[in-house]
Amino acid sequence: MHLPRKRKSSAFGDVLFFNVSRAFAALVLVTLAGIIVSLCYGAWPSIERFGPAFLIGSDWNPPAERFGALIPMYGTLITSIIALLIAVPVSFGIGLFLTELSPVWLRRPLGIAIELLAGIPSIVYGMWGLLVFAPIVSEYLQPFLTGTLGTIPGIGALFRGPPLGIGLLTAGIILAIMIIPFIASVMRDVFEVTPRMLKESAFGLGATTWEVVWCIVLPYTKVGVIGGIILGLGRALGETMAVTFVIGNNNVLDTISLYAPGNSITSALANEFAEAGEGMYSAALVELGLILFLITFVVLSLSKILLLRLAGHEGAQT
Amino acid sequence: MNLRGRRKMVNRIALGLSLVAMSFGLFWLCWILYTVFHLGLGGLSLDLFTKMTPPPGSPGGLMNAIVGSLVMVGLATLIGTPIGVMAGVYLSEYGQRTALGFSTRFINDILLSAPSIVIGLFIYAVYVAQVGKFSAMAGVLALALIVIPVVVRTTENMLLLIPNSLREAAFALGAPKWIVISRVTVRSAKAGIVTGVLLAVARISGETAPLLFTALSNQFWSLNLNEPMANLPVTIFKFAMSPFTDWQQLAWAGVFLITMGVLALNVAARAFFSEQTKS
Repeated sequence: MHLPRKRKSSAFGDVLFFNVSRAFAALVLVTLAGIIVSLCYGAWPSIERFGPAFLIGSDWNPPAERFGALIPMYGTLITSIIALLIAVPVSFGIGLFLTELSPVWLRRPLGIAIELLAGIPSIVYGMWGLLVFAPIVSEYLQPFLTGTLGTIPGIGALFRGPPLGIGLLTAGIILAIMIIPFIASVMRDVFEVTPRMLKESAFGLGATTWEVVWCIVLPYTKVGVIGGIILGLGRALGETMAVTFVIGNNNVLDTISLYAPGNSITSALANEFAEAGEGMYSAALVELGLILFLITFVVLSLSKILLLRLAGHEGAQT
Repeated sequence: MNLRGRRKMVNRIALGLSLVAMSFGLFWLCWILYTVFHLGLGGLSLDLFTKMTPPPGSPGGLMNAIVGSLVMVGLATLIGTPIGVMAGVYLSEYGQRTALGFSTRFINDILLSAPSIVIGLFIYAVYVAQVGKFSAMAGVLALALIVIPVVVRTTENMLLLIPNSLREAAFALGAPKWIVISRVTVRSAKAGIVTGVLLAVARISGETAPLLFTALSNQFWSLNLNEPMANLPVTIFKFAMSPFTDWQQLAWAGVFLITMGVLALNVAARAFFSEQTKS
């Protein structure tokens, strides 16, 4: 190894290296602050004019400069809920399969396959969703759901309506496929931290695999599992392109049917921001972005805290 | 049925359902990849790489979009990697237990999953709105902001795997800390850091949302960083949403290129990492 000769220059190198690396670490914090400040600044005209009513207004009328966030917020929320309802049980199954059931030699390839699902760019999901999946939804899935779930009083109304293919339901299903890999890999990882001793004791008492998972592994890893689910929620809330393709981009909310086309915060931004120009229209869109960022910030922080708590718990055990 | 029989049956049903869940996940992967191959391969031709994006109804390719994407992804990686590596070095080597270290680690993990369209809004506000026009440079900056958290996370994780005895051996030879870090620690973690960069490149190659109101897109050939530049994701978005079948065909070919590129990068990153760490 070739070392600098003078002590002085190496001390200088040390100070420089330390400060540069610290500055770049601080840059990450500055970026976050910058995002929040710039969004607040950009949204200010709209915040000042509409106040809290922005959150409950269902009007989205650019020519008249009347804006309310209710419809995009409703779309974002409903599609994310549909996504979680599908993705959570499936991811749990995948985590269970990868940790308990799969032969050891298959674990790695299957794990990679599920992670590849997360690697596929969202625009691919979007285009596939619009041109391949949506026609199938409208032809087979929606009539089937109308005939079965649609006949139940109460929630049946969610599954009735013209089977257009594009709409909240399709967007929710595609979001589910996209967040499965995130939730599943967290579940697999936390299931693996369960101490062998605990599991083997239960097996020794005669418990079945399912009982070990349900009564030992799940309670032990509860916090991490919830953290993983919330991480998936954070992903679903902020997903843009896939939703923009299939949600229908309709700013009217006159039915509770999940078949209806709607709008989400992200798709409103993707479709309208570049054309909005300056003024109230763009300020309202930036306020939508600010709302989205604040919600995902809270959701992702919560997930991070829960996952850290599991890691701390694990440390205390060993 | 007795209790034992019922417990066994519940077990069998639950494990059966987990098999179903696994197949459910793989089913979508296969379906999407099949579609991409089936519809994308048909559009592959030499024209795709040598002709510009056409107006509807006439033949053409995606050359300007492909080159534009390569330029922007390349520049974003060049900007984001050093920043990410240095920040990761700080987290692992200096700021392990400092307040700055804790908060940066926390915020970095949040930025890792933050909606990418918000990054686009941010760059629009601080760059596009100030300069007064959409430009490729704005797109590069937005993508670089997405690269940084990925590289920070993997760099820190990889550096933490390096045994302390290695650092101590170098210190014992009288090397100052920055030499130890740059010549010993980072060099030993090289494979992991390269893997992180490859994954970051895979991530930004398909990013569309942050480019929509930064780089915009361009129907024509342009390598000027101060003008809107054509790029694959936004071109695919525009062409796929259009009613013209020849545009949709080009979009499928573009989707094929992006998907193959991204999956190849993912697989290469993993293969590279296990290859390097094995030896």
